[in-house]
Amino acid sequence: MSEPNVFTQAQLNWLPWLPPLPEAELTDRHMAGLVDPSRAKSPYFMLLARDPDILGARTRTDKDIFYNPTAGLPRAERELSAAATSRLNGCIYCASVHSRFATQFSKRGADVERLLAEGVGVDLDERWNAVIAASVALTETPIKFTTADIESLRATGMDDLSISDAIHGAAFFNWANRLMLSLGEAA
Amino acid sequence: MSAVDVIDHLVGIAPGSHLDGLRAQRVQARTNAQTSYLSLFQPDDPHSFSLLERFAVAVFVAELHQQPAIAAFYAEGLAAQPGGAVLAPTIEAEAARGVTHGPYGHFPAGPLSVEDTDGLVFTPGITPGPKLAAALAHAHMLVFHPRDAAAEHLRALEAAGWTVDGIVTLSQLVAFLSFQIRVIVGLRALAAAPAVEAN
Repeated sequence: MSEPNVFTQAQLNWLPWLPPLPEAELTDRHMAGLVDPSRAKSPYFMLLARDPDILGARTRTDKDIFYNPTAGLPRAERELSAAATSRLNGCIYCASVHSRFATQFSKRGADVERLLAEGVGVDLDERWNAVIAASVALTETPIKFTTADIESLRATGMDDLSISDAIHGAAFFNWANRLMLSLGEAA
Repeated sequence: MSAVDVIDHLVGIAPGSHLDGLRAQRVQARTNAQTSYLSLFQPDDPHSFSLLERFAVAVFVAELHQQPAIAAFYAEGLAAQPGGAVLAPTIEAEAARGVTHGPYGHFPAGPLSVEDTDGLVFTPGITPGPKLAAALAHAHMLVFHPRDAAAEHLRALEAAGWTVDGIVTLSQLVAFLSFQIRVIVGLRALAAAPAVEAN
């Protein structure tokens, strides 16, 4: 199985470059870090379980940013921020997962596909363009995100909790992309 | 030990403020961003990755992001470690040599190769000891060109004295800081552009 060399919404695998924790070595502390016991089947989470405290905190941060259903940014656009960030950083695996979610929740699979194919300069609509541009500005180093990005997001009708969600979605994928890109590879 | 929420502190979020109210609506994200910080910088057991090394890498990463207040926060942590005050100017000098613009890097060969962008591949010049020097080189890649990461980079860390567990924690530390710094910068912008009350 060769490493994928295009962005895709298809399901990919991820192979670690370091040995994951053997299942037989799992302690209660490791299980607490995994949060969800089914993640003991994932080489990615079993590798990260080598430091269970940061893994557990990372996972709980992730879940609240993306899955908290109370108010704020619709799930589709939280996923769009993750997909755009992953597209810019170049994480083919992360982009595959979160472009699928963006499609699932928005029903705009063709637009999501254009983001993957054309990149973060794609012209979709005002609101999606603003989410993508904000994700790009936050992902660049040094960070280019300013009050102008806040105003662009607000101009699309977003309240401040939604804007905060967009910031957190892009910021979180700057965490996730770096783990997935540097500890293993898509397959 | 630390009661101060680092993100609140570095954004300047006061109790009862508008931003405080927004963060309160994502209490798990808020709490666990802080728990992440504590687990990396006040760990129960730092194992093979010393607090001196952790704060040194953090100062380096914050400096690469050109975020002086965040760098100063981690520099305080570095100065509190034995040997930290002596090491600090070295880390700052290395970061000054490493500053550039990202993300750049290379894709697996194919249609995306047209998007490949070359950039600085950083080699520490004056960092004492191969282990910390290897960590700074790796941190620079993760900050600016993470898509260039390859298995051989992990072999280089191992050759410089990093354990498998240490590499996992090092990767988490640099990746977490990439998140924390962006939340701080993003929320600062939000605080600086308050919505006009509609009433």
